[in-house]
Amino acid sequence: MNWINDYVRPRINSLNTLFTSTKREMPDNLWRKCDECGTMLFHRELAEALNVCPSCQHHMHISPRDRFTALFDGGTYHELPVPEPIADPLQFRDEKRYPDRIRDARRKTGEHEATLLAEGELGRLPVVALAQDFSFMGGSMGMAVGNAMIAGAERAVKRRAPFVVFSAAGGARMQEGILSLMQMPRTTVAVQMVKEAGLPYVVVLTNPTTGGVTASYAMLGDVQIAEPNALICFAGPRVIEQTIRETLPEGFQRAEYLLDHGMLDRVIHRREMRDELARLLRLLMNETPRVHGDLPAPSPVAQDVAEVVEAAKSGATEA
Amino acid sequence: MQTYLDFEKSLAEIEGKAEELRALARQDPEMDVEKEARSLDDRARTMLADIYKGLTPWRKCQVARHPLRPHALDYIGALFTEYTPLAGDRAFAEDRAVVGGLARFNDRPVVVFGHERGHDTQSRLDRNFGMARPEGYRKGARLMQLADRFDLPVITLVDTAGAYPGKGAEERGQAEAIARSTEMCLTIKAPLISVIIGEGGSGGAVAFATADRVAMLEHSVYSVISPEGCASILWKNAEKMREAAEALRLTAQDLRKLGVCDRIIPEPVGGAQRDRGLTLQRVGQAIGEMLGELDAMSPDDRRAARRRKYIEMGARGLA
Ligand SMILES: [Zn+2]
Repeated sequence: MNWINDYVRPRINSLNTLFTSTKREMPDNLWRKCDECGTMLFHRELAEALNVCPSCQHHMHISPRDRFTALFDGGTYHELPVPEPIADPLQFRDEKRYPDRIRDARRKTGEHEATLLAEGELGRLPVVALAQDFSFMGGSMGMAVGNAMIAGAERAVKRRAPFVVFSAAGGARMQEGILSLMQMPRTTVAVQMVKEAGLPYVVVLTNPTTGGVTASYAMLGDVQIAEPNALICFAGPRVIEQTIRETLPEGFQRAEYLLDHGMLDRVIHRREMRDELARLLRLLMNETPRVHGDLPAPSPVAQDVAEVVEAAKSGATEA
Repeated sequence: MQTYLDFEKSLAEIEGKAEELRALARQDPEMDVEKEARSLDDRARTMLADIYKGLTPWRKCQVARHPLRPHALDYIGALFTEYTPLAGDRAFAEDRAVVGGLARFNDRPVVVFGHERGHDTQSRLDRNFGMARPEGYRKGARLMQLADRFDLPVITLVDTAGAYPGKGAEERGQAEAIARSTEMCLTIKAPLISVIIGEGGSGGAVAFATADRVAMLEHSVYSVISPEGCASILWKNAEKMREAAEALRLTAQDLRKLGVCDRIIPEPVGGAQRDRGLTLQRVGQAIGEMLGELDAMSPDDRRAARRRKYIEMGARGLA
């Protein structure tokens, strides 16, 4: 049995059509329908709520950049470089060439790959963070994800900083075949680097986190947090239903269900995530309690990033 | 009694004819058929060699899943002495899809374990067709820890379609169990050798096949997803498994080029199922040689090299 099978595909397809609403494509005057309850939401209102539906609290997809802006002190962070993997390592052909699929994903998202790696301060503590981008080929795990995990771990060790990973993935990057699978041990070595350096490794599982991602770095956190109602699984519900030929219980494989079954430490609303992580990381790093409202003076690098972020927000740049 | 695969049909006809002739001759001692039967034997032998010389990736999948191939318990029975099975994960259950324990290999104490698929209807059901639940992976991790404590080499025999996609398996943390087992593979300092004897199916295989040396039988396969699963997702048609098998690069030969497989163990002409004794002997020989290589390294160097192998894996692609 496989952990992707046909369940992921329809899901990725349907979600992708919903998730094409990046800032570039969505002018401020548009409305967006909640994936869960169908309420029409004013886009700006939704963005201010970090893409959480104000009426049903459903946590919709949020881009890594928006997440980092909401996470780091003063909304400032700086992006860390990730070594570029060899393109199309297997020369994979299905009905489309893999390089063409990548190009389409880049055009659609304006991002280079399915992960973004950054560092900044969180509650005045230096933190390295990685976020997976579900809108980029379903956040699928290939060499690039492994490279980002390794680069992030190395940076965390060098800076003596905690490493926080926001997972989101439909599963493996099938076009990288076995090399996609080999990211399970690869990313595990990255996690070991951080842990053996005595630094916290914290995972925030977001909707959806499935397959080999769940079965490697996303389940190895010192602390395991999830966003409400996130689907977290190894095999998807459709695959299981086909195997056992019975209907699954309400809420099966959702964050709260996993919490009840002992697989998570906490389920935390996106609005609370910043305070949650700031407190946790300071506790784990044996630091004094965080002083609220005391933002650091932006560093020159952070200042640049802040300007870019501001410019992007006002729609002045077309990335 | 041979079980023929679909592409062995013309071979089956010739071998059947020779068999028929000899059966006739047994009833009527006057008949002299031996010359004709022998010429049919010769034709069959040539044909068998031809077929197996150029097996396509999909045909290799079929051979890898052949019911008469030697399974984990066959290897344990033939290559190890004083086999002492150890049971249970100490948390929930004994998973009979994973067999293993203490044993001697060439008189030397070792830990050996692997997936066992079963050989008839009853044993297959009993072994859940070699598809492990979380308990199986936790048992494997426990056995590795035990081996490490006494500095005993670990030998794993990998043969699974994948981890079991069931309701209970998910509730009890299939993903976490696989992640921890892979982590344990990368934690222990004892020599770790993995032999893929049949099918290496996705995360369920990685959990036991993250090793110092990964050897593959000549016609075994190792993949992120089954060709059928890949075809139904990317081609939207499960019948395209031949194309998918081609694209996924799941053969021992391609994996050797990619650095995922360290050594290919040649199979007898016509596959492991046609000469089980010779197959067992060759695998034993290969394990002995690989152990010798690993004995030459210090425990620290061994583990560091194992981790480095995975960090560097995939950097060159197929080139
Ligand atoms: Zn809603």
